[in-house]
Amino acid sequence: MKPPPFAYHAPRDLVAAVRTLAEVGGKVLAGGQSLIPMLNMRLAAPEHLVDINRVAGLDEIEVTPAGVRVGATARHADVEAAGVHPLLTRALKLVAHPVIRNRGTVVGSLVHADPAAELPAVLALLDGRVRLARWDGDGVAVREVPAADFFVGPMESAVEPDEVAVSAFFPALAPGSGFAFEEVSRRHGDYALAGVCAVVTARSAKVACIGVGPVPVVVELGEAWSDWRAAAAVVRAATDPEGDIHASAAYRGHLVGVLAERALREAAREGAAARGA
Amino acid sequence: MTTKLFGEPVQRREDPRLLTGNGRYLDDLGREALAAAFVRSPHAHARVRDIDVTAALDVEGLVAVYTWEDLPERVGRALPLLIPHPALTHGRTAYPLARDVVRHVGEPVVMVVAADRYAAEDACALIEVDYEPLKPVVGLEEAVQGAQLVHEDVPGNVGAHLVQEVAAADGRGAREAIETAPHTLAFRLDIERSASMPLEGRGVYARWDGRDLRVYSSTQTSTSVRMAVAAALGLPLPQVEVIAPDVGGGFGVKIVHPWPEEVLVPWAAMTLGREVKWTEDRREHFISSAHERGQVQYVRVGFDDDGRVLGLDVTILHDHGAYTPYGIIVPIVTSTQLLGPYKPGSYRVEFTAVYTNTVQVTPYRGAGRPQGVFCMERTMDKIARYLGKDRTQVREANFIRPEEFPYDQKMTFQDGRPLIYDSGNYPEMLRMIKELIGWDSFEAGPGRGIGIGCYVEGTGVGPYEGGHVQITSDGRVHVSTGLTSQGQGHETAFAQIAATELGVPIERVSVVTGDTRRFGYAVGTFASRAAVVSGNAIALACRKVREKALRIAADALEANPADLEIADGVVHVAGTPSAAVPLSTVAVLANPLRYAFDEETAKATQFAGAAAPDRPPVAEGEEPGLEGRDYYSPIRSTFAAGMHAAIVETDPDTAEIKVVRYAVVHDCGRLINPMIVEGQIHGGVAQGIGGALYERMVYDQHGQLVNASFMDFLMPYATEIPHVETGHLETPSPLNPLGVKGAGEAGVIPVSAVIASALEDAEGIEVNRMPISPSELFELRAARMG
Repeated sequence: MKPPPFAYHAPRDLVAAVRTLAEVGGKVLAGGQSLIPMLNMRLAAPEHLVDINRVAGLDEIEVTPAGVRVGATARHADVEAAGVHPLLTRALKLVAHPVIRNRGTVVGSLVHADPAAELPAVLALLDGRVRLARWDGDGVAVREVPAADFFVGPMESAVEPDEVAVSAFFPALAPGSGFAFEEVSRRHGDYALAGVCAVVTARSAKVACIGVGPVPVVVELGEAWSDWRAAAAVVRAATDPEGDIHASAAYRGHLVGVLAERALREAAREGAAARGA
Repeated sequence: MTTKLFGEPVQRREDPRLLTGNGRYLDDLGREALAAAFVRSPHAHARVRDIDVTAALDVEGLVAVYTWEDLPERVGRALPLLIPHPALTHGRTAYPLARDVVRHVGEPVVMVVAADRYAAEDACALIEVDYEPLKPVVGLEEAVQGAQLVHEDVPGNVGAHLVQEVAAADGRGAREAIETAPHTLAFRLDIERSASMPLEGRGVYARWDGRDLRVYSSTQTSTSVRMAVAAALGLPLPQVEVIAPDVGGGFGVKIVHPWPEEVLVPWAAMTLGREVKWTEDRREHFISSAHERGQVQYVRVGFDDDGRVLGLDVTILHDHGAYTPYGIIVPIVTSTQLLGPYKPGSYRVEFTAVYTNTVQVTPYRGAGRPQGVFCMERTMDKIARYLGKDRTQVREANFIRPEEFPYDQKMTFQDGRPLIYDSGNYPEMLRMIKELIGWDSFEAGPGRGIGIGCYVEGTGVGPYEGGHVQITSDGRVHVSTGLTSQGQGHETAFAQIAATELGVPIERVSVVTGDTRRFGYAVGTFASRAAVVSGNAIALACRKVREKALRIAADALEANPADLEIADGVVHVAGTPSAAVPLSTVAVLANPLRYAFDEETAKATQFAGAAAPDRPPVAEGEEPGLEGRDYYSPIRSTFAAGMHAAIVETDPDTAEIKVVRYAVVHDCGRLINPMIVEGQIHGGVAQGIGGALYERMVYDQHGQLVNASFMDFLMPYATEIPHVETGHLETPSPLNPLGVKGAGEAGVIPVSAVIASALEDAEGIEVNRMPISPSELFELRAARMG
C-alpha cells in the first residue's frame, strides 16, 4: 500500500497551478481523502500530482445574500463550523467522521462525484454550480458548470483533465423554505445505502436522492403536496437503484421511498414553522 | 498499605504507554532495515507457468528478488502442519512461496527486497507472472460436489471427516433417540466468514550478525516461532532468539506460525547479511492471512414435553479454505463446545472439512464456539417456540445441575483430553442474567425483542506454561513468562499475582512476556489460557521464591521461617515488626559475592562475616540468587461459562437493527482483575456484534474477495456498540492453585445467537443465518409477506 512514483508540484497561486496542470497533466490533490487511498492501493497512478493546498485564497468561504461560495481547499470541518448555509451544514454532519472532515474538502467531494455522497446531492438540489479554471495559453480561463451538467456518472464529473475546480456555489435557500436530509448508512458516517435531501416551500417541493442512481437523482415535485406518501412514491419511481454487497436493489428502492417521505414531511414541517404557518 | 492485589480492579499499567503512542510495535523497530514486499496471486486457482523478473531489475533500490526456485531445500519445504489429527486424512499446507499452483488470491509468489517499501512495491508491480488459470472452487456447495479439486490429490475436496457420538444412558444412539422422541425438529443454520482483523497486521523483522539470528515478530507465540525458524534455517536453537514486541491485537490469526514471511524474512536477512523487515498492509491481511467462522450446520433434535433434549444430531460442513496449517481445531471446538451448559440425552456430531480456493481458515477468537453456540441456542429457542414455553425455561430444563460437577460430557476436547467440566453454577447464572436484563418484566412488541444465549468455554488448555521470578538486590521483582501479550493486560494481572504472592508493592514488580531471551519454554497466547496457565505458573514460581526468602530471612533474623510473613517488601516476624529484613537485603544474602558494587552488596562479600566458615557459601541443594522458576501443566481445560442477553429494536420501515441493551453475566472462576475481565468482555461483545450485524467476507464466483478493505468490510465503530452491562459469578476452578478460568474469548462467543434470538422475538420471523443486515431483514420480512 505505497503509491507508485509521481512528480510532486506545489504551486503557490492559481496561475501557476493551472499552468502546471496544462504542462504536465496529472491529478489535482486537495484534501486527499479519496485520491491518496487510490494511490496507495495503486488504483490510480498519475505521473504528476499538483497539490493546490498552498494556492493562496482557495480556502475562502464567501457569503452573500445569494448564497455561499466555497473555495477548493476549504475543509468540510471549516464549512461546517462556519454554519453559513443550514442545508449544507446539515449535510456536512453526515459526511464521514471528524478526522476525515478535518482534511477532506467540499469541492473535492463534488469533483469525486461518488453517487452515494451527500454534497453532490445538496449542490444538485440547490441548482448550484462549480467554477472550473484552466490555462488557455495566455491566462486563466474560467467556466461555471451548473450542477445538472456537472455530475456525469458514478465517480465522474465534468472537470476536464487540465481543469482545476476552484470553488462551488451553493445558492441560499428561499425564505420560508424547510429542508431535511435523511439517510441510512450501515455504520455511522459511512456512505449512505440511500439518502434523500429535500427542500419544501409553500409552493414547491424538490428532492435529491443519493445511492440510488449513477448521479444524484433530482426530482421536482412541483406544487406542495398534502399526501407525502404519494409524493415519495413519485420519487421512488424516478430512481433506479442497483444492488451491491451491502444492500439489494429492492431494499434500496424501498429505502428511498421511506426516506423521501420522511425528508419531505420534515422539510414541510420545518418550512411551515419558518413561515409561521 | 496493602499488598493484597489479587482480585482488585488495578488500572492497567501498560495503558499509559499504549495510549500515548509510546508502544513499540513491529513497524516501530528496524527503521534502517531493508523492506520486503510480495507479489501475490491475483487468481484464486492457477498454475504458475513462468515468472519474468527482468523489468523489475532496473528499479532503483532493488536488492533481491526470490521465487520458490531460489529457496534452499529446507526453506522451500511446505510449511508445517501444526496440529495433526487422525481424522485429518488429507492435511495440506502452503509453500512459503508458491511452488507450482496457487490456491487462493493473495498467496505469495515472489519475494522482493529493496531499500524501502516503496521501491519494493514498484518492483513487485513490474514482475510478470504467467498464470494458467484453473477453475476455482468457491463456497461449500461447490466444494462438496467435488467436480473441481483444490488439491489434485484430495478427492472430493475433503480434508477431514469426524464423527463423535455420545449414546443415551440406555445405550441408544442419538438418531434412534430422535426417532422415538415425542417431538422433533430439523433445520439448517449458516454462519458466514469473518476474520480476526487485528488493528496491527502481521510483521517480521530479522537481524543476523553472522552467528546469531534475532527475529522480532508480531506473533502470539515467540517460542514456537523460534523453533520453527531454527528448524527451517538449520540453525542451532541457542543461536536464534525471537521477541514479540508490543502486539496490536492477535485474536487468533497470530498463533498460526511460521507464516511464510516468518521463514522468508529471516532467511533473506541471513542471505543478504542485512536487516530485513516486512510489515503486512491491510489488503495483505485480508487476502493472505486467515479467516474463520464459515460453516453450515444441519440440526435434528428430538425432545420431550418439557423441552428436554433426548437426542441431538448435528452435521457440520466446514469451509477450511485452501490449507489446514492449524489442523481441524475449529470444527472440533464447534463439535464439542456446542453442548454448552446442557446435557442432551444423546448426541451425535459429524463434520466434514472441505477445501475451497479461498484464504485458509484458522481459529479466530471464539474458535468455532460462536458457530456451535449459535447451533445450540437456536435449537433451544426453536424448541421453546414449538412448545410455547419461555426460552429460559427450556434452557433451565436442560442445564447440568450444580451438584453434578465434575460433569463428564464423554467426548474428546481440542486438547485431546476428556471433555469434563470442572465447576459451574448455570441455574444461578441464569437467575442473574434474567435479573440484570429484566427478562421477566420485558414486554416484547413489534420491532422490540429480547434474546438470550448461553455458552461454556473450555479455557486454559495445556500443555504448559512457565514463570520465572527474580528479586534483585534493589528489591525489584522481575517476572517473566514465555507466552506473549497482545494487549490483554498481562503486565498488570501477572504483577498482581506476583505482588500478592510475595507481599511486595506492585510498583516494584515488572513483567516481561514473549521474549525467548528471558524465558525459552512456552506454548502461546490463545484459547483464553494466559491467566490460567501462565498465571498459575507465576504464582507457583513466586511461592518458591517466597519460601527461599523466608528461609534466608529466618537465618538472618534467627527466627523460625514459619513465624515470618512478608508485607510491603519486608520480611518480619509476625507480631514483631521491628524484627525485620527487607527483601532487597534477602536478595543480597542469597547471592554470596566476592566483589561488591555498592554498600548493600558489600554485606554479601567473603569477609563480611555473614557466612559460616564450615559450610560452602552456597549450601548444598541451593542456588545463588533469590529467584524461582516453575511450570503449570493443567491436567485438562477448566470450563468458564457465561450468559448474555440483549434487547434489540428494529425500524419498521428501514429495517435498521439497533442493539438497545446488552448484558453479560460471566463466570471465569476467581477474578484476578475485574476491570480487565470487563474490558475483555466489552471488546469481545463488540467483536461479536461485528460478526452478528456487520462483518462478512464476500467472495465472488471467481474467488475474488470483493470487500478486502475497511471501507467494505464493516468492522463496527464505537458508535455501533451499546454500553455492555456486566455481572460476575465466581465459581473457582478446583483444577488449579489460583482457582481461575480464562476470560479472553468470552465476550464474542454467544453474540450471534443472542442477536438472532432477540430479532426473532422482535420480528416473529426465523433467523437461521448470521450475520444479518438491514437489507437481509427487509428481504426476510418480504418473504414472510409472500
